[in-house]
Amino acid sequence: MSVTISFNNVIKKYNDKPVISGLSLDIKKGEFFTLLGPSGCGKTTLLRMVAGFNSIEGGEITFDDKVMNRITPQHRNIGMVFQNYAIFPNLSVKNNVAFGLKNRKIPKDEIERRVDHILDVVQISQFKNSMPENLSGGQQQRIALARAIVMEPNVLLMDEPLSNLDAKLRVDMREAIKLIQHEVGITTVYVTHDQEEAMAVSDRIAVMNSGVIQQVGTPREIYQRPANIFVSNFIGRTNIVERSLKKVDNRQVLIMDENYQIDLDDITQYAEEIIKVSIRPEEFTISDTSEGMAGVIQHNVFLGINVHYTVQLSNGENVEVTEESTLGEPLEPGTEVKLLVNKEKINLFHYESEKNILEGDSYAK
Amino acid sequence: MQNKTAGRKDIWSVITLGILLLYALVLVLPLFTLLKESIFKDGALSFEHFGEFFGKKYYYSTLFNSLKVTVAVTLASLVIATPLAYIMTTFKIKGKLYLQILILISSMAPPFIGAYAWILLMGRNGVVTNFLSDVFHITTPDIYGFSGILIVLTLQLIPLIYMFMMGAFKSIDNSLIEAAESMGYTGFKKVWKVIMPLMVPTILAGSLLVFMRALADFGTPMLIGEGFETLPVLIFNEFTSEMGGNAGFAAAISVIVVVIALTIFLLQKFITNKKSFSMSALHPIKEKKESGIKNILAHLFVYGYLALAILPQLYVVYTAFLKTSGRIFVKGYSLDSFKAAFTRSGDTIVHTFTLGLIALFFVILIAILIAYVTVRRRNAITNGLDIISMVPYIVPGSVLGVALLLGFNNKPFLLSGTATIIIIAFVIRRLPYTIRSSAAIIHQISPSIEEAAASLGASNLKTFFKITLPMMLPGVISGAILSWVTIISELSTSILLYTVNTKTMTIGIYTEVIRGNYGVAAALSTILIAITVISLLIFFKLTGRKEVSL
Repeated sequence: MSVTISFNNVIKKYNDKPVISGLSLDIKKGEFFTLLGPSGCGKTTLLRMVAGFNSIEGGEITFDDKVMNRITPQHRNIGMVFQNYAIFPNLSVKNNVAFGLKNRKIPKDEIERRVDHILDVVQISQFKNSMPENLSGGQQQRIALARAIVMEPNVLLMDEPLSNLDAKLRVDMREAIKLIQHEVGITTVYVTHDQEEAMAVSDRIAVMNSGVIQQVGTPREIYQRPANIFVSNFIGRTNIVERSLKKVDNRQVLIMDENYQIDLDDITQYAEEIIKVSIRPEEFTISDTSEGMAGVIQHNVFLGINVHYTVQLSNGENVEVTEESTLGEPLEPGTEVKLLVNKEKINLFHYESEKNILEGDSYAK
Repeated sequence: MQNKTAGRKDIWSVITLGILLLYALVLVLPLFTLLKESIFKDGALSFEHFGEFFGKKYYYSTLFNSLKVTVAVTLASLVIATPLAYIMTTFKIKGKLYLQILILISSMAPPFIGAYAWILLMGRNGVVTNFLSDVFHITTPDIYGFSGILIVLTLQLIPLIYMFMMGAFKSIDNSLIEAAESMGYTGFKKVWKVIMPLMVPTILAGSLLVFMRALADFGTPMLIGEGFETLPVLIFNEFTSEMGGNAGFAAAISVIVVVIALTIFLLQKFITNKKSFSMSALHPIKEKKESGIKNILAHLFVYGYLALAILPQLYVVYTAFLKTSGRIFVKGYSLDSFKAAFTRSGDTIVHTFTLGLIALFFVILIAILIAYVTVRRRNAITNGLDIISMVPYIVPGSVLGVALLLGFNNKPFLLSGTATIIIIAFVIRRLPYTIRSSAAIIHQISPSIEEAAASLGASNLKTFFKITLPMMLPGVISGAILSWVTIISELSTSILLYTVNTKTMTIGIYTEVIRGNYGVAAALSTILIAITVISLLIFFKLTGRKEVSL
C-alpha cells in the first residue's frame, strides 16, 4: 500500500541554525524518487525527516494527507535501508528479515512464508540460515532491502545504499534495486551523491544544494535542460563560457568568436546581453571545414570509446571536447582545429540569476 | 546528531532520572555529610579540624608522606614501565605472550598481598633478611616505611602505565619511525625526539591513574608503613580509634585528600586537552629480532622485572603449604593452614562470593544503562549523570567509607553494619571503570542499527534488549570479569564498613597478618590469588585478548 509524500514548507534547524528553510515537494504514489546533491546539501537530513529520526522544526510532511510530524519512526510504517546496511549481527539472515514481522505478532507460518518469498525476490534464499558476518557487502545489502520491503511499508527509504560497495557490484545492485522496486511498487525515496546512479534508478530526481531544491525532473530533463548553472555543472561534465547575444538582421545570434556565430531562432525576448553558455564536451564537434571557433589542442586522453581533448580557444579559454575515437592516432597537442557547437543541445543561462533561458524541449523537434 | 522527536522523551528519560536519584542518595548525600562534618563542630561552623591538622607535625607530616609516596611511585612506575613497554613492542622477546599475561595477572593481585609478601621476605624476620645475616652477616636495609611502600606500590602499578603505553605504541605508525630514520634520527635520539613526544598524552593519562591509585592505597602503607603514615591510614586510624573515633577530624582529612586528587585530576585534564592528538596506525611498529648485548639486556630487563613482581607473591603461596606450629612456620609441608583458613575464615570466602556477586550484578546493570544514555541520549541531564558517576574515580576508598558511614548512620537511612552498605560501596567504586568500558562498546555499534530496528516497528526497550544488548554482551562479560577481580580484592572501603557478618577474604587476610597468623593469611591469600588467576584466564580465553584496560 504505497502513498504520496508531500513536503509543505518544511524547515530543519540544528541548534537554531537553519539547514533547510521552507522546502516544498510532492512525491507521487509508487514513484522512485531520488534526492541528489553534493555532501552536506541536506538530502540525508530530509530523508531522515521522512523517516522520523530527525525532528521537523516547521511546516509539515504528510503521507496521503496524514501529517507525520509527531509520529515516531516506529509508527510511520516505513522501510529503511542504511548506508552501512545496519544488519543485526547477532541474528541470522532469516531472523533479520523476520524481525519486524515478529514485532507485529503475525502468525508463525505466515512469517515463514513471507520471509521465504522475499528472500527469493532479492535472491539470497541460499543464505537463509547464515549469520550476516559471513556474507559479502552486496549480500548484506540484499538482506537490508529484504528486511525493509517484507514489512510492506508505505514508503521505502534508502540512504546511499550502494556507496559502500565496489564499482562493479554497485552497477549490478542498482539494477536489482530498480527491478525489485518496480515489482513491489512502493513509493521510494532514494538518497545519493552519485549522479550516474541517480539517473540509472530514478523515475524523477530532485537536485539539491545548500538545503534548497534546484530542480525536479526526469533524468533526461535534468541532464538536457538543467534549470541553472549548478545543476548543469553537477550533472555530467560541462564547459561554461560567457558569450554575447546579438540581434543581426532581425536574427538572434550567439557570438562564439569573431568568425563563428550561431543562429538561435527560438529566442526572441533576449535582445542583446551577455549570457553564460553551458556546452557539454560531446556537444562540440571538431570541424573538417574552415567554419567554427579557432583553437589549439593542449592534451589528448584516449579512453577507448572516446578521446578527450583540452582545447585552448583563441581568447585563451580552455574547453573540454569529447570525440568518438577513430582508428589511428588522436590529434596531437599543438594541432590547430575549428570547433562546431551543436546548437540544439547547448544551454543558455541568464548572467545574473544563472537560470536557464530555454524552456523545456524548445529545440527538440 | 541530536534527535529530538516526540518519541525521544521515552523510557530512557525515566531510567536516567531514576539512576540520578539513586546517585544523589548513595553518593552525593554522603559526600555532603562528609563536607558538613568537616566544617562543623558542636553545631557551629568552624575550621578547627583543619586547624588541628595543619597545626600538629604528627598530622601534617602524613600529607607530606602521602605526596612523597605518590610522586615517587608515579615517577618510578614511569621510569620502569616506559622501557618495558618499548622493549615489548620493538624487541622479539622469548615467551612474550605468557609474559604479557603474567604482567597483567601481577597487577590484578590484591596490593596488600604484595606488601605481606615483602614482609615475609625482607621483613625483620624475613627469609632473605635472616639468610643474609646468618650467612654473610649483612644487615639488610629496612623494608618498613617509605622504601617498602615504594617498592610494593611501584611493582603493583607498573602494569597500569605499561598497558596504556602498549596501546599507544601500537597506534604509532611505523612510517613515522621510518620517516624519522630517513632524516637521520636513529637509536636513542629517535626514541627521545620522535617516539616519546608522541607518547606524552598517554604518559599523562597513565600517570594520573597511578597517582590516584598510589594516593588512595590503604592496605600497603597500613601493613608495611609502620611509623610512616599516609593520609588514608590516618583517616582510618582517626575514624576507628579505640579512644573514641573522631569523625569530624577524619572527615576534614578526607576533604583534604579529595582536594588534592581533584587538583591533580583537573591539572591533568587541562594539560591533556592542550596536548592531545589522535593517532591510528595502518602499519604498527613491528618487533625485531635483536642479537648480542642489546638482546641480552632486553631479556634481562623484562624477566628481571617480572621476577620481582611475581616471585614474592609466589612465596606467599609457597608458605601456605608449610607446616605451622602455632604462629610459626616449621619444617615440612602440610595443608593445615588451609584447614585452619576454612574453619576459622570459611565464612569470609562465602561473604566474598555473595557480596561480590551481588555487587557485580548491580555494577553491570547500572553501568550498561548509564553508558547507553550517556552515549545515545546526550543532553544536559545525561552529561550530569556522566560526571557524577565519575566522582568515585577521585574519591579514595577510605574517604568513601567514612562518607558512607557518616551519611547512613541515622534513620531513615540507617545502613551502617549492613551488607547493603558494603554492596553500595563496591558498586559505586567500580562503576566509573565499567561505565567507560561499556560506553566504548556502545560507541562501536552504529546508531543506524537501532534506527533500523525502530523503522521496523520495535519499541525503544525492545530494540535495546533484542539488538543493542546482545551486541554488547561479549564486551560486557569480559568487563564484568575484570570488575569481579577488582571487587574481590577491595580493602580500603570494606575495612571501614565490615562487621562479623560481612567480613570478606581481603579483610580476613589483613586481620590474620596483623595478628601474626601467617599460615592462615597465606592460605587465604593463596585462595584469593587462585580465584583471581582463574577469573583472568577465563577472561583471556573468552576475549582472545592479551591486554586489559581498567
